[in-house]
Amino acid sequence: MRAAVVVFPGSNCDRDLAVAFERAGADVTMVWHKDSTLPDGIDIVGVPGGFSYGDYLRCGAIAAQSPICQSVAAHASRGGYVLGVCNGFQVLTETGLLPGALLRNAGLKYICKTVGLKVETSASDYTNGYNAGDVIDIPIAHHDGNYFADPETIAVLKGEDRIAFTYTDNPNGAQADIAGILSPNRRVLGMMPHPERAADAGHGGTDGVALFRALAGALTTA
Amino acid sequence: MKARVHVMLKNGVLDPQGEAVRHALGAMGFDGVQGVRQGKVIELDLAEGSSEADVTMMCEKLLANTVIESYTVEIA
Repeated sequence: MRAAVVVFPGSNCDRDLAVAFERAGADVTMVWHKDSTLPDGIDIVGVPGGFSYGDYLRCGAIAAQSPICQSVAAHASRGGYVLGVCNGFQVLTETGLLPGALLRNAGLKYICKTVGLKVETSASDYTNGYNAGDVIDIPIAHHDGNYFADPETIAVLKGEDRIAFTYTDNPNGAQADIAGILSPNRRVLGMMPHPERAADAGHGGTDGVALFRALAGALTTA
Repeated sequence: MKARVHVMLKNGVLDPQGEAVRHALGAMGFDGVQGVRQGKVIELDLAEGSSEADVTMMCEKLLANTVIESYTVEIA
């Protein structure tokens, strides 16, 4: 598995994400937001958490227009894998790779804590290391994680089994308790919780490891 | 040429910041504030020859996220 992790000004989970990919056996290359192309042979692009461009205008809006994001979109359109975590999820909605948007948390507060996530589908190369219905503990750390989409879009996500994770106790007002969603081809995953922060015993939990291992399994044999 | 863009959350999209302002106004004794919506104003200083259509394109591509926001353009 060859992974690239995008670094924007203000990214702060880029190295954590790279370590999680490496632990799963990936070769990881960091790519800068001004780069206009991804390295050859990349299987998956990680778009990390943080505060790209200081969250100016809207979270992820400026990053979505950066040179590297054009390449990430092209990679996705060729059937490449993209994992967006937290701010990365916001970037993926702003680029249009995933539907909907992330609004300010309903309680207006920045929330940093470990939450319960229900695995809604194991039918993806991200989630097949879990069983549907499993509840895993993964940290969240966001101010704008309140997933919004119109009712038609929510119905499509449900109908196509594209809701990857829901909150067991909705912390931010997200519609349908949505914590993470998949693209139509199930190769782009955006999620607000941080699986890379539950990937080492030192983190206090390792429930995120199965996601990276599942990816490595899918992308190493491919 | 100057343009002023107003960006607002669409009707039907919960505006928790507007709600917090409404609550604060009520707590301060301003009765009768039935709703508050908070948006943003973006002022653009544009070269002569720019058109309203250019500004509309900027709104569609960057200044507003039309999934959740509506916008209006004023040319001054």
